[in-house]
Amino acid sequence: MDIKPNERLNIEKLLENLEDYRPRRRGWHWREGAGEKRKIGKFEYYDTSENLTQSTPLPAAHYFDDIDPQPSNIITTEIASGRFEDDIRRMRMAAWHGADHLMVIRTAGQSHMDGLIEGTPQGIGGIPITRKQVRAQRKALDIIEDEVGRPINYHSYVSGVAGPEIAVMFAEEGVNGAHQDPQYNVLYRNINMVRSFVDAANAKKVMAWADMAQIDGAHNANATAREAWKVMPELMVQHGINSIFSAKCGVKKENICLSTVPPTAPPAPCMRLDLPYAVALRELFEDYKMRAQQNTKYMGSSTREATVTHTLNLLISKLTRAEIQSTITPDEGRNVPWHIYNIEGTDTAKQALVGMDGLTEMVEIKRDHGELADKVRELKERAVLFMEEIIESGGYFQAVEDGFFVDSGLYPERNGDGIARKINGGIGAGSVYERDEDYLAPVTAFFGYNNVEQYDESLVNDPSKLIDGCTFEKPDKIIYIDELDENDNVHVRLEETKELRESSKIKPEMEWKGDGIVQTTICLPVEARVAEFAAIEIAKKMGLKEVEVIHKEVMQEAEGTRVEFKGKVPFNIDTDDLVIPPKPEVMSDDEIRNDIDKKPMKIVAGTVGEDEHSVGLREIIDIKHGGIEKYGIDCHYLGTSVPVEKLVDAAIETNADAILASTIISHDDIHYKNMKNIHELCIEKGIRDKIIITAGGTQVTPELAEKNGMDKGFGRGTKGIHVATFLVKKRREMENEG
Amino acid sequence: MKRNDDFEIRSKHLKNLSEDELEQKFWELAEKIVDPMVELGKKNTTPSIERSVLLRMGFSSTESKEIVQKVIDKNLIGKGAGHIVYRAAKDNNLTVRDAGIKLIEGELWDSVEKVFGGEK
Repeated sequence: MDIKPNERLNIEKLLENLEDYRPRRRGWHWREGAGEKRKIGKFEYYDTSENLTQSTPLPAAHYFDDIDPQPSNIITTEIASGRFEDDIRRMRMAAWHGADHLMVIRTAGQSHMDGLIEGTPQGIGGIPITRKQVRAQRKALDIIEDEVGRPINYHSYVSGVAGPEIAVMFAEEGVNGAHQDPQYNVLYRNINMVRSFVDAANAKKVMAWADMAQIDGAHNANATAREAWKVMPELMVQHGINSIFSAKCGVKKENICLSTVPPTAPPAPCMRLDLPYAVALRELFEDYKMRAQQNTKYMGSSTREATVTHTLNLLISKLTRAEIQSTITPDEGRNVPWHIYNIEGTDTAKQALVGMDGLTEMVEIKRDHGELADKVRELKERAVLFMEEIIESGGYFQAVEDGFFVDSGLYPERNGDGIARKINGGIGAGSVYERDEDYLAPVTAFFGYNNVEQYDESLVNDPSKLIDGCTFEKPDKIIYIDELDENDNVHVRLEETKELRESSKIKPEMEWKGDGIVQTTICLPVEARVAEFAAIEIAKKMGLKEVEVIHKEVMQEAEGTRVEFKGKVPFNIDTDDLVIPPKPEVMSDDEIRNDIDKKPMKIVAGTVGEDEHSVGLREIIDIKHGGIEKYGIDCHYLGTSVPVEKLVDAAIETNADAILASTIISHDDIHYKNMKNIHELCIEKGIRDKIIITAGGTQVTPELAEKNGMDKGFGRGTKGIHVATFLVKKRREMENEG
Repeated sequence: MKRNDDFEIRSKHLKNLSEDELEQKFWELAEKIVDPMVELGKKNTTPSIERSVLLRMGFSSTESKEIVQKVIDKNLIGKGAGHIVYRAAKDNNLTVRDAGIKLIEGELWDSVEKVFGGEK
């Protein structure tokens, strides 16, 4: 299925023949071409990877020949709307902006589901991970990665009480990465600890077979602890336990990634706390990969604040290392992430990393002396002490039972507020069974004791040959279930949005097709609480439904409050009914400059009538504002309140090619009357056929200006380049006629 | 448990270690902590592990669940659910898939119990 950039992904078509889909590759993919210098546009880059074949560059790229350098780090975005069919569309947006690790959050409660879920039920804060959804998304990503020209890693979670089954399904379906950390189950999901580790060993072995990247769950301690910067020694211990446990279950160290978060955020002096931690961690885990996550513990509803924290975190990634750079959507503190914020997060990472390209060529961490060196050593010692005490207490399980973990004290300090779990308690307690001597599992990638020799000694390393190959060798053996619920599935949902997908009608959307969500930012001159309730009334009067205030920020208690609210619009717009004026013509800077170089151009300009407005015209003219002077056009600016006669006389005296009249005041149509006057005066003086006349202003409608004798009218939003393009084209036209 | 930060006293024995030695110690301790859990993983199984085996043998998620539940009910999970299906197929000259479906339908259990015992 090929797709053109201006074509929407057809979800119905994507869902066709899913039962026959097979993943075209397995395993994690790192970006290619890192570690070499690369010339992109006018610059040489030190830390980039191969360019994409199609992408959406950063907003400022138009100043730099539209280049879109790709950092060497993988960039992650987490997508979790609850409807996988809409998530697919968001994945395409994210891939175009440079994300190549698309992480799918699971629906609330899936970790307690004993077994796989099937079909396409709608989720809450994520999607129920099922074979059908995974398959549809992987299939979509095949199309999208071909479109952008870089393999995309698809990722979800191998946790909960169905870990081994999910791992098998992921391996079969070509999922490229997953979270797997038994400690996460134990501490945050209260799943029995013995069950968690036994399941994890098997799940990890399967992930190793599929060459998946594994990300741990240690960052959750940071997000949970009361004073997050104090859990640093414990974070290292948690990373250590999962890393070495995974390696012993067969996962290659280079596929084991630490989910690490800078523990704190401003207004704390975060760099001074976070940087030594980052250095200590990367040194201790030299053989492993870093997946740098953004701090979410101290994230509120301000998207601006979240973005700055993210940027500081990116500086740490740059100064140390982060093979995978994760992003959190800046709106996560206010709602389930929206399309546009996945893109903002992705762009923040790309922008900051590209901007810091080559930084470490010039800037270096003071590693060997001073505060950082002392802190690094101290953190490592504290982590070692933590592990010594785990062993003294009787081992990991006992330590968890004793509440060692997620205690808010800076270890060895303890505040007695850790998460304690019982060895024999939790979900799935009592569901671990010892394997008998004749235990057999005739499949590939099975961990631990497996008595194959009782049937065939020669197949000890190839147990699945006993059954003529398992699904890992023979994917046709996979039994695919399409749907189990006839009311809660993608086909029912697609039917509801059919009109929006198949006609010219559109509706705003943030999460799902046709959700109608809009957000508005206002400033109200009252204190916060009054502002909040006033904002709700304003939103209702604007016609919005289901209004909710999502952010408030005091400007000054008495003078004003910034309020952001969301709501839903109850209508569609039919794009076929829109009257869209043609795009203004724009020549390239070079083409305009060449023309002016070959034949100089002179203009006279002024604001006509009794009109003291000057800003608009200055922006059109001034080189500082990107005005027409920059192309070498000789501009004679006569000022404001210039009589029409004076403007025309000046044009004659200077032998100008053009008159640029600015007119802002529009009372009684005075602006059009002035245009007509200029036109008629030029006829009277006999220069009309030799001179170009244009008029511009915020109230000018181009068509009406032209009816009143102007060669061209320029309205709101006009830039110097539009005027320069017109002048050059019009002059060529006149020369051809003459 | 509450405790003040006794880092200075507690860490005395680490002060003579070089930073490399300190890191080495970190990994030695980490191994010591996880080794018993790795052993548990080798010697034990769970319903999810058994279902994951059956998935690989070509059963759907719902079929796997039914088979594993029956195997647990018969107190045969220590043999491996996949083993039960494999053996039922072998002894009754059936494909693995057909044997599994029959087991779900309550058939073949006599032949299974003849081999493995189990609760009647």
